[in-house]
Amino acid sequence: MALSTSAPNRGPDPAPPPSPAPAPARPRPAAGLRAPLFRWDQKAAPYAFVAPFFAFFAAFGLFPLLYTAYVSLHRVELQTSDRMEWLGLRNYTRLIEDPFFWNALRNTFTIGVLSTVPQLLMALGLAHLLNYRLRGRTFFRVAMLMPYATSVAAATLVFAQLFGRDYGLINWLLGTVGISPVDWQANTVASQIGVSTVVTWRWTGYNALIYLAGMQSIPGELYESAAMDGASRWQQFLHVTVPGLRPTILFTVVVSTIGATQLFGEPLLYEGSAAGGVSHQYQTLGLYMYEQGWGFFHLGRAAAIAWVMFLLIVVLVAVNAAIARRRSRTEG
Amino acid sequence: MGTDTAQPQTRGSGTALAPRPAPAVTAPPKSRRRGAAGRRMDGGPLAYAVLGVATLMFVFPFYWTVVAASRSNAELSAVPPALTPGGNLFHNIGEALQQAAIGKALLNSLIVSTTVTTGTVLCSTLAGFAFAKLRFRGRGALLALTVGTMMIPPQLGVIPLFMIIARLDMQGKLPAVILPTLVSAFGVFFMRQFLSQALPDELIEAGRVDGASHARIFRSIVLPVARPGMAVLGMLTFMATWNDFFWPIVALNSQNPTVQVALKSLGQGYVPDQSVVLAGTLLGTLPVLVVFGLLGRQIVGGIMQGAVKG
Repeated sequence: MALSTSAPNRGPDPAPPPSPAPAPARPRPAAGLRAPLFRWDQKAAPYAFVAPFFAFFAAFGLFPLLYTAYVSLHRVELQTSDRMEWLGLRNYTRLIEDPFFWNALRNTFTIGVLSTVPQLLMALGLAHLLNYRLRGRTFFRVAMLMPYATSVAAATLVFAQLFGRDYGLINWLLGTVGISPVDWQANTVASQIGVSTVVTWRWTGYNALIYLAGMQSIPGELYESAAMDGASRWQQFLHVTVPGLRPTILFTVVVSTIGATQLFGEPLLYEGSAAGGVSHQYQTLGLYMYEQGWGFFHLGRAAAIAWVMFLLIVVLVAVNAAIARRRSRTEG
Repeated sequence: MGTDTAQPQTRGSGTALAPRPAPAVTAPPKSRRRGAAGRRMDGGPLAYAVLGVATLMFVFPFYWTVVAASRSNAELSAVPPALTPGGNLFHNIGEALQQAAIGKALLNSLIVSTTVTTGTVLCSTLAGFAFAKLRFRGRGALLALTVGTMMIPPQLGVIPLFMIIARLDMQGKLPAVILPTLVSAFGVFFMRQFLSQALPDELIEAGRVDGASHARIFRSIVLPVARPGMAVLGMLTFMATWNDFFWPIVALNSQNPTVQVALKSLGQGYVPDQSVVLAGTLLGTLPVLVVFGLLGRQIVGGIMQGAVKG
């Protein structure tokens, strides 16, 4: 800011001072009320600007987040949610004893890997292709982003139909090349692939565009000098594109990890039950929380699951960041 | 829309502001186009082939939705399955409208999405401007708080939210889904990034010199410059709200649903008539697809712009 250097350091220097003495260029000499009003405006206005946001943010964003931790230490039932009974850590110890919790944790992890890894790799490849000079590039980009505009519910309902065991199109296609029908619901691995496919379909194009944006900000000279050094296109991709994209890749990995941790709508609507399959074979943590809270009416226990998910996200993001830092140090 | 933002606002003829070089400023920040001009290789046939196949994968489920929504259940379970649209579309849509209150859901979703979009864009622009261009005590801490919680999924707060809503007796009513999503930390961050690039300090300084109040500076200087960013944020918010799933299914019910809540009841229906389910899906997706068809290019641009800065 232009004026911030004037006053001798007193803290973070609130607002450009109205500078009473010289008043360099204020054409309208503020008479009477105007000067104090102006000064008040200078001080208070920034807070007025952020106030509407923070009022709602505090009430509906921050408070619930913190209060979840408090609720998780109580017995709270859905129908009588205004009555809370202190339980201490009982909700958490119950989770540890509950095989369905561990099952959900395991499924969240495997579905997370099954959806995130192919999705990001394909996105990287597609972004590389989109970065060529192409006819109809806008068409490709828009087409790729269409799944992103589709809701979880809509996408899942369509894919659930495509993955139908008896009449699904995918099994029919497999049949035409001689593969016997796969039970995309009851089989654990197959059902998890089915759920992951919905996620992959919705997010690949979005991530491809993020990568494309990152690629376009890599200076062309780097490619020129790499080409002069005799690097092939593939080597250029490995040694120029990928390192240049590192922050972008980290960003997408973090966002996808967070998304995978709270996966919910896809497994819920894949067959339409909160159990996540007849033997809970694709029940995720998000779905498990929903089942506890709104299937079995145990809000307190659901809050404990939510808090575990939160800690999981914190740990995963920290691990991502640590790996990224380590790699950038070893590779310069 | 979105990019035609040059008209200077002239309403409210109080203090005359210094003439502004509006068009030059209001152009969205062309963030670093490719370094060396035009040094991109042409895509070969292989690139087109792979992109073509990928596009087919991305688009096929939409086509399939139309096919399945316009057939009967019997035709869907025939072998080989029908691969072209049939003549049952309106019958199925009628069924879907009856079974899952899709008509009411569409109206509800429109109300919710419009309200939330308006609230988010307004509050984000106000706060984003303050964070980008004003100095005040606590600015750093407040911004860190906003950005720090951006990554935390709102899903983790649904239980207390539910308790609040239950206590306020708002269950099943639209304010229950509007209030909690009315502002967004992402939006504030987005507008802050946009305005710190698009809005030159001198412009605000000029307004100050002319003795304009902050409110007036915001109205006459900031808003016109912010409009392209607001448009992008608006589109993203509208889509996200329209597609929001977890909180609406918790807070609402099938009597007064949004589109996603209605789709959930369709999918969980006791008579899962697939062609009717997909007819409902088609109805619920169509509005977003229309928006996307009209503004797809801008949405692509917005996502890529946000990515470079993010």
